[in-house]
Amino acid sequence: MSFLDYFRSQGKRSASVAKERLQIVVARERANRGGPDYLPELQSEILKVIRRYVEVDQDAVQIQLDREGDCEVLELNITLPERH
Amino acid sequence: MAKIVVVTSGKGGVGKTTTSAAIGAGLAKAGHRTVLVDFDVGLRNLDLIMGCERRVVYDFINVIHEEASLNQALIRDKRVDNLFILAASQTRDKDALTEDGVERVLTELSRDFDYIICDSPAGIERGALLAMYFADEAIIVTNPEVSSVRDSDRVLGILASKTRRAANGEPPVREQLLLTRYSPLRVQKGEMLSVEDVKEILAIDLLGVIPESQAVLNASNAGVPVILEEESDAGQAYQDAVARFLGEERPHRFLQLEKKGLFGRLFGG
Ligand SMILES: Nc1ncnc2c1ncn2[C@@H]1O[C@H](COP(=O)(O)OP(=O)(O)OP(=O)(O)O)[C@@H](O)[C@H]1O
Ligand SMILES: [Mg+2]
Repeated sequence: MSFLDYFRSQGKRSASVAKERLQIVVARERANRGGPDYLPELQSEILKVIRRYVEVDQDAVQIQLDREGDCEVLELNITLPERH
Repeated sequence: MAKIVVVTSGKGGVGKTTTSAAIGAGLAKAGHRTVLVDFDVGLRNLDLIMGCERRVVYDFINVIHEEASLNQALIRDKRVDNLFILAASQTRDKDALTEDGVERVLTELSRDFDYIICDSPAGIERGALLAMYFADEAIIVTNPEVSSVRDSDRVLGILASKTRRAANGEPPVREQLLLTRYSPLRVQKGEMLSVEDVKEILAIDLLGVIPESQAVLNASNAGVPVILEEESDAGQAYQDAVARFLGEERPHRFLQLEKKGLFGRLFGG
């Protein structure tokens, strides 16, 4: 092993981190893909309703459609801001 | 009947126009009547890359609006027989492209050509969607980099669901991956996603790998499709890709580092 391999192994991590992150995000986006066209709109309306009561970020509402056998599950995740 | 091929990517600046020019010129050189259509309305560039910018009189939008005939708008390439260009408009906005208009022009081109290559704009807005809509085949241009790979995957989703073939329940658009701006050195150092990584994530057939190459810039400076620079690495990689596109089997080149020089040997590998 040459001394350059030390630096290489550092770099190696950056490409493999990229690959892992991509695999996760692509899998999630594919899962939503077959879903109904109204999902994005549903998401933005829910966001509007939440904002009537609490000030939250644009990405506070996460929506995901999962399939379990014949059953479709709509998973809704709402992140509220930390309390001061 | 022509085959309609869209060159698309989602992400901007990854090499769609470079690829459209190269693949189009390669198909024409192989004897197929080929037309390159620039869908990037407002930001046309294909004419520059093809070196015919001073010969554009009428464009795609003029033909759609019946202000000019196709014969008036098509520019014949002076270097390669069988190759024509239909430029995009520089002045109009994207809404000037209509589905009916695009369909009419593509149908008319289909009668005279073997291949219609649609150079898509970046993004997934109207122009990009229309460039994809009528496609029989798609060349997905991707750089070995996270945002480009993710955008390519989104584009694959659109090709599978929002195209004429999908709407008519016809066999799906054939999708092939063209990995461009590939740097074997950076892959070896672990700084860049490898061709295997990208293939594994996108899970489509690999049409080719185009190395990062100075020849591309040189060719675009001169207004020559890089495939005509026959000695260059990128030119040869595009020649291989065209041969594969036409059904020939060719091994992938330019995936490994060149033979090591003194420096490489000293520091081991
Ligand atoms: N293999 C390559 N090696 C080096 N440079 C390249 C390569 N391919 C493309 N480029 C450069 O990348 C830049 C973008 O290329 P190009 O215009 O073909 O991309 P594009 O996807 O059509 O962009 P846009 O999305 O803006 O339409 C250009 O400067 C081009 O010279
Ligand atoms: Mg372009």
